[in-house]
Amino acid sequence: MRDISTSVPKTDHWEKTAGTAKYVADLAPEGALHALTFRSPIPHGEIRSLVLPDLPEGYASVDARDIPGKNGVHIIQDDMPVFAERTLRYVGEPILLLVGPDKTVLKRLLSAIRLETVPLEPVFDDRRADVWHHYVKGDPDQAFARAKRIIEYEYQTGLQEQAYLEPQGMIAIPEGDKMTLIGSIQCPYYVKNAVVPVLGCTSDKVRVIQPPVGGAFGGKEEFPSLIACQAAVAARKTKRPVRLIYERPEDIEVTTKRHPARIRLRAAIGEGNVVEAIASDIRLDGGAYLGLSNVVLSRSMIATTGAYTVPNVSCSGEVYVTNTVPTGAFRGFGAPQIFFAVEMFFQHLAKDLGEDPLAFKLRHLAKQGDLTATSGTFRDPILVPKMVKRALEMSDYQNKTRRYSGESPYRGLGLSLFFHGCGFTGSGEATIIKAEVQLRKNADDTVDVLIAAVDMGQGAKTTLAKIVAHTLDLPLDRVRFPYPDTDVVPDSGPTVASRTVMIVGGLLEKAAQKLKARWVSGVAVQLTERYQPPEWIKWDEKAFRGDAYPAYSWGVDVVEVSVDPRTYQVKIEGTWSVYDVGKGIDERILEGQADGGMTQGLAYGYMENMEIKQGVLRQRNLTDYIIPTACDCGPYAVEWVENPFVYGPMGAKGAGELTLIGAAPAVAAAIENAIGRRIRKIPATPESLLELIEYGKR
Amino acid sequence: MANVNFVLNHTPVAVEGGLNRRLLDVLRTDFGLKGPKEGCGEGECGACAVLIDHRIVNSCLMPLANCEGKDIVTIEGFSETERFTVLQKAYSECGAVQCGFCTPGMILASESLLHANPHPTEEEVRIGLSGNLCRCTGYNMIVKAVLLAAKEGEGLW
Repeated sequence: MRDISTSVPKTDHWEKTAGTAKYVADLAPEGALHALTFRSPIPHGEIRSLVLPDLPEGYASVDARDIPGKNGVHIIQDDMPVFAERTLRYVGEPILLLVGPDKTVLKRLLSAIRLETVPLEPVFDDRRADVWHHYVKGDPDQAFARAKRIIEYEYQTGLQEQAYLEPQGMIAIPEGDKMTLIGSIQCPYYVKNAVVPVLGCTSDKVRVIQPPVGGAFGGKEEFPSLIACQAAVAARKTKRPVRLIYERPEDIEVTTKRHPARIRLRAAIGEGNVVEAIASDIRLDGGAYLGLSNVVLSRSMIATTGAYTVPNVSCSGEVYVTNTVPTGAFRGFGAPQIFFAVEMFFQHLAKDLGEDPLAFKLRHLAKQGDLTATSGTFRDPILVPKMVKRALEMSDYQNKTRRYSGESPYRGLGLSLFFHGCGFTGSGEATIIKAEVQLRKNADDTVDVLIAAVDMGQGAKTTLAKIVAHTLDLPLDRVRFPYPDTDVVPDSGPTVASRTVMIVGGLLEKAAQKLKARWVSGVAVQLTERYQPPEWIKWDEKAFRGDAYPAYSWGVDVVEVSVDPRTYQVKIEGTWSVYDVGKGIDERILEGQADGGMTQGLAYGYMENMEIKQGVLRQRNLTDYIIPTACDCGPYAVEWVENPFVYGPMGAKGAGELTLIGAAPAVAAAIENAIGRRIRKIPATPESLLELIEYGKR
Repeated sequence: MANVNFVLNHTPVAVEGGLNRRLLDVLRTDFGLKGPKEGCGEGECGACAVLIDHRIVNSCLMPLANCEGKDIVTIEGFSETERFTVLQKAYSECGAVQCGFCTPGMILASESLLHANPHPTEEEVRIGLSGNLCRCTGYNMIVKAVLLAAKEGEGLW
């Protein structure tokens, strides 16, 4: 049998290249109305009065009063209303929808709405902490008391926009008392579970269908639930299908983004320059509503010692609420922020202690059997030393580093070591998600994969079908994985957290093994497989103690940059990465994850800049929020080491997020080495480099 | 109202009025051609790209009035050609397609580039594709695909 890693053509390749794939904006159900959103113009205040223009025949407004059920979007913290009722908490907060047959008329009507507000003082800093956690490992107080030296720095990261090429969109179709939603989504059941309480109906009255999704990166994890609720309320009121499709400026202005972070790290240095303790204070800007922020914070906190073993830890984290657009899920989910901070901190500690950063990092690297920051155990082999060796060879790191070691060579290399905890944090899979998958064998000996996992470009349609086909020893074209429809497929959980291949794929592998045992040609059979947590996973959510993840994927990135000595423009000269994702399910698809993850991660570190002034975003489209083009992406060299995970399908662990996480610290370290000034804040734009070169620490 | 006459996917067509309507809307609404996508509406992303007289143009910035007498090809028309077959195979072999939203525009940008320059260097491919944004890949796999197509489709361009 062929190795599972051997690439196959993607199952959705033809429809996507020939342009026949129908994304949500390509669908127009008979009689559908367009919807436009009227939004808060102020960051904080109350509505005093709102006067609508006369609406022509066939047009309607839809607001909080039209909600049959509860005015709240269900996610984790259900604190975001579907429509603001009285209080406005950020610029762009939805107040009402106007729906009607002609979009041009809707635009005119929208601009004729008269809103009077009573402004309240907006908050843009971290004074309103809404979530706070703390945990301890070992005895940090004693370690700090005994320290030979204590070193402390603060690190900052900025907003990042997912910038999926397909803007958000949702269509709600009412049929009798049933509501069908078709949308650009990552999590069909999140959408269903959000719409049910808003419509105040029973679960069987809401159906969610996923068409092809034009990129998501976390941006379509929680936000689609909001517009699904709005579209559903509008469709219920008007008894017509309603299309709520965003244009780019609106999408950028009001959808969730990566949490800006402010991270203080303090290290107790003992004999032999060993980091005996780390005390950390992690603050994430949650924007106006918490949503998933609590879980994003958890992921940051759990990785507070990065890829290193530190015997004593004191970690505090908080999410603060501001009068700005809510932040949320974005590939990496709290990890890119903390890994930037920890990787730079270890580089800075080494420099302060007069050590070579790489040797310093390798000395502290976690080993199999070590305790994690949350006192769980790294059970599986950690191959990072071997991966580092390979990355150094591939990049010619030592020679180049020597060559670029002058005062300000304007050329430099940076290296990062990192992991990604695969799947939901802690006991989430067992207690919250409870994933279920089904395989249906038809009488013609084809097999249907019935799951709610979404292909948003990452290749899940191909990889998951491949796992089933491989296990059953069937040609791939005998296994079908239709687009998820919640009336047909069970809840296999959201398409997030690098869990799809490892968890859903793992369940499919088990189901396929059982199906194989029961296989009788010509006989139809359907079977269900449910998630059972490995018994060794012990996680205390309150104390932040135990095994935060069932498995860890690991990575090493080396990045080389040149910096223009006049303009401070950064150019990526090359990147070299080695990843451990257990076992690759399809090499080419993995290569795609590496290519895209590296690009997003690099740009997070040096290019993508988004600012909010007085609650108003300064970037409004892809013309001023700059993402990389083909000219910005250098050649990337990537290698994979095999390290099969016993509970993953064919040994696979998570891959999708890992490839983003190490890029920002590696590029920042490379820029730091190129300009001879410390970088503690990203994105390291030319403007910030100018400031560093004038005033920065060497 | 005056008609605007042009050739769309090898067929002469006449569109009535609305001279300042965006070609993108005309294609998607009047002709039901959903291959061109709206990614940004400001000519930055290239998801709406079509070929006009063999050159890549963002249809979201093209008023209908300017289409008079032009030869316009969308992905629907181009996907029937031999050059498309070579390009889509190369895209598949190089893993150049992820979410697919940029792909029709990217394929047409590749065609436009190879039409003007059948043997591009890697640098020239990067410049040729730099008007089309992709957020899933890091472009390297798309660049490889175009270089492979140039080789495999020798003589077609």
